[in-house]
Amino acid sequence: MSAGSLFDAPLSVVNVGLDRFLAPIRAHGADAVGVRWRPPERVPLPVSERRRLEALTDVPNRRALDRLLTSRPFLVDVRPAREVIPELADGLILHAGPPLDWEEMIGPMRGAVIGALQFEGLARDAQTAEALAGSGRIRFAPNHHHAAVGPMAGITSASMPLWVVENRTFGNRACANLNEGLGKVLRYGAFAAPVIERLRWTADVLAPSLAAALERHGPLDLTALAAEALSMGDELHNRNRAATSLFTRRIAPSLAATTPHSQTLREVFAFLDGNDHFYLNVSMAAAKATADAARGIDDSSLVVCMSRNGKEFGIQVAGRSDRWFTGPAQMVDGLYLPGFGPGDAAPDMGDSVITETVGLGGFAMAAAPAIVRFVGGSARQATDTTTAMYDITAGEHEVLRVPGMDFRGVPVGIDVVRVVDSGILPVINTGIAHREAGVGMIGAGLVAPPADCFADALASFRRQPSSDILDRMIE
Amino acid sequence: MKQVTVVPDAYFDSVFLMSVASELRERAGVNAGMIVLGTDANREAMTRLGFDAAAVGSAGAHDLLIAVDAADDAGAAGAIEHARELLSRSHSRLDGSGHEPRSLLAAIHAREGANLALISVPGEFAAREAATALQAGLHAMVFSDNVSLADEIALKEMAHERGLLMMGPDCGTAVINGVPLGFANVVARGGIGMVGASGTGMQEVMCLIDRFGGGISQAIGIGGRDLSAGVGGIMALDAIDALAADPATEVITFVAKPPDPAVAERILNRLGASGRPAIAALLGTHDCPAPATVQVAGDLTSAARLAAAAAGSSVPEPATPEDLAAAATACSAELAPPRRYLRGLFGGGTLAAEALDVVARQVAPVYAEHARAGVSRQLADPCRSQEHTIVDLGEDLFTRGRPHPMIDPTARNDRLLQEADDPEVAVFLLDFVLGHGSHEDPAGSSAAALRAVRRKAPGAPIVASITGTDADPQNRARQRAVLESLGCTVTGSNHEAAVLAAGIVQAVRA
Repeated sequence: MSAGSLFDAPLSVVNVGLDRFLAPIRAHGADAVGVRWRPPERVPLPVSERRRLEALTDVPNRRALDRLLTSRPFLVDVRPAREVIPELADGLILHAGPPLDWEEMIGPMRGAVIGALQFEGLARDAQTAEALAGSGRIRFAPNHHHAAVGPMAGITSASMPLWVVENRTFGNRACANLNEGLGKVLRYGAFAAPVIERLRWTADVLAPSLAAALERHGPLDLTALAAEALSMGDELHNRNRAATSLFTRRIAPSLAATTPHSQTLREVFAFLDGNDHFYLNVSMAAAKATADAARGIDDSSLVVCMSRNGKEFGIQVAGRSDRWFTGPAQMVDGLYLPGFGPGDAAPDMGDSVITETVGLGGFAMAAAPAIVRFVGGSARQATDTTTAMYDITAGEHEVLRVPGMDFRGVPVGIDVVRVVDSGILPVINTGIAHREAGVGMIGAGLVAPPADCFADALASFRRQPSSDILDRMIE
Repeated sequence: MKQVTVVPDAYFDSVFLMSVASELRERAGVNAGMIVLGTDANREAMTRLGFDAAAVGSAGAHDLLIAVDAADDAGAAGAIEHARELLSRSHSRLDGSGHEPRSLLAAIHAREGANLALISVPGEFAAREAATALQAGLHAMVFSDNVSLADEIALKEMAHERGLLMMGPDCGTAVINGVPLGFANVVARGGIGMVGASGTGMQEVMCLIDRFGGGISQAIGIGGRDLSAGVGGIMALDAIDALAADPATEVITFVAKPPDPAVAERILNRLGASGRPAIAALLGTHDCPAPATVQVAGDLTSAARLAAAAAGSSVPEPATPEDLAAAATACSAELAPPRRYLRGLFGGGTLAAEALDVVARQVAPVYAEHARAGVSRQLADPCRSQEHTIVDLGEDLFTRGRPHPMIDPTARNDRLLQEADDPEVAVFLLDFVLGHGSHEDPAGSSAAALRAVRRKAPGAPIVASITGTDADPQNRARQRAVLESLGCTVTGSNHEAAVLAAGIVQAVRA
């Protein structure tokens, strides 16, 4: 564009600030739209700094964005975790979020570890499990360090079955455990006998049935399924009802063909029918396989991981290898199930925010009218929520689109430069865990990451790029 | 009292129900409330909370249960009724904010073809909005001040690289494609393109051009700091180039307060190379060497006159010095000692600067809020006039915590009343700026103060100029009639007003 093109075209003004300027523009026949501007929480970057950062990250970000947009995750298998992540056979337990020790874990995560140790047969009861967990003989590591993800506590141990998703475009794989349903479940820290029982049934009955059916069906295109679910009212984090239904429908003929006992088939279908969030973990594995493809692109400022462990919220950035930038886990602003309130809630927890990392969840809020109550109640507010995310992302997805926004692609590629400069934080849809182990889910709502982790990530770009290596050496 | 009601066959999303229940619990006298579908789990939960399981009867997963624990029966019944109302209310209720986008980028996406962002947010946030606009390929006008010099330079370099206009920061006025932006007057369209580093200066010149029969193709504001050595006139030069490339622009007029000398030279040369007759009003710059095609005007009125003439208008003859001297003598007829000082109270910054220039050449010393070498001395207290004083009440030091006098004349009226009590004042010199953005009736809203002046300082003339056109929302002719009815002498321009006022104090001294 040039000034000449301005003089030749009809003037069309975006007014940011004083409303009094709008009327005269319109009165003189020009188009004008007002912006409902509110001051951001933080002062923006100096313009020269923003330009320097944009120049530095522009090409790398295009590459990273291209990886995010062209990733095509396929569901390929269901396998015991020890076969997918061999280190698990050796006393390793994976958890949600950035790294933390047993001593630092909050109640629900500890409860899940206790349950997992019992499930693995490493402890006969809660007391011995707790002692073992703190003994130093069990090692803990984030799921994200093993191309895995898990909702809430995200505890992954050797005998649990995992979804295996392959990114057909780039060949990388990611995995996630199987969703247990609602109520008293391990991911919310419950470890009583029925919880362990269900884990056994999942490992012994559900997983082999699904594995056999999936083998017969062949790899399942998760991008296509997600696109369809978005058009049916899911945002694929807090609402997975359509995706679970679509998955069930797609797998049903194969499942019927490969499941020898009708009793088993009935159990499996009943479980799928009774768990609206069954697809969540598949959605997460697909998101993980997508996000991982963008890792390791030097000087890209796009976020490839967001996750929280109940103590800290952490992000990882494409151009900063596997370094975590963390801040304190926040409390979720949400709606509560009967009998519970904010005083009962645990801080924000889980790897499920990997869905927002690739443009789903809160980023696709406008696709899920059924849950717009989380953002204030109106479809307009849901659209505003999604719209705001375009301000902090590098691009739009070509396949995953939002019907209610004229099929605009979901916002993809969170850029730490844009986050810090705009003062807009990613919007995350999430469940709320009870702060005590074993009570379970008590509500759901929205949470924002701590702004500091983005500021810290950006700071690593504001210095000379090579100093990042020094930073890592110092760490 | 615990009460339970069943609403049969009523499906609501659980999230919606949670929000209704939370509203219900906020109701006075309600201890507990739950609104759930009658699933087994929910019915168990209700029983656990002490609600009567029998009351639920055979309700199932497709029936809605409303359970309330309130202080008494009436309270519980009322709460249940309230819950029914909440459930039936429209789900599409908006927050009344309409459909306005919440960010510049969202607005740009919503409006295909948006080509200019007008930004007037607080200064610390304005540069970011401007950078976002430029990045998206929009031209920008930043009305806000308090943008750092570094940001201004970065923005203008960015705009320059992209072939975009970056008008401002601190750009009060522009007219693009005939559309007034910010503080701007309604003027005829025509062949005169303007570039201005001063808001009211550009307003005065475009209004006079309009009155002299000319018209404006484009009026591009560049912000008061563009011509400083730091910014180096980046946008002044680009704006001149833009007008030079515009087939509708036949004459280029440049308006600025005193620029950096090196920048002034660059601008005059660029005007000379524009291929158009050019007029440069560089206030306070005299005897500036300029290319042959550039006429340098020492004041805004002559700039408008030269521009209109260059564009082919037959401009009426200006008042002669003799006319003005005679008028001054007539106006000073009733003045008697100790009335001998001039007091200029301005809302327009460039108008104040122009008046100061004129007055300082005829009487000395003149005091102002800032000292300027060879022109003004600094007031000991900017809120107290001394001897001859001209103040720009739109300056930051006067506007802290109160609106700009062009938007709300209260500050100027207060100062006017203060001056009226000073027995040494011989003449009051005022500006009235019309146009979009300005107060809807500046003359009328100053009437009380002007009447008080007339009463307290009889014989001391009030000389006023009106920057505006008859097409402005305030209507210049109407404003003039009001001012004249209040005893003001209204001149044809700010420059004429300053000359007349200076003549009056000289006539007193003579």
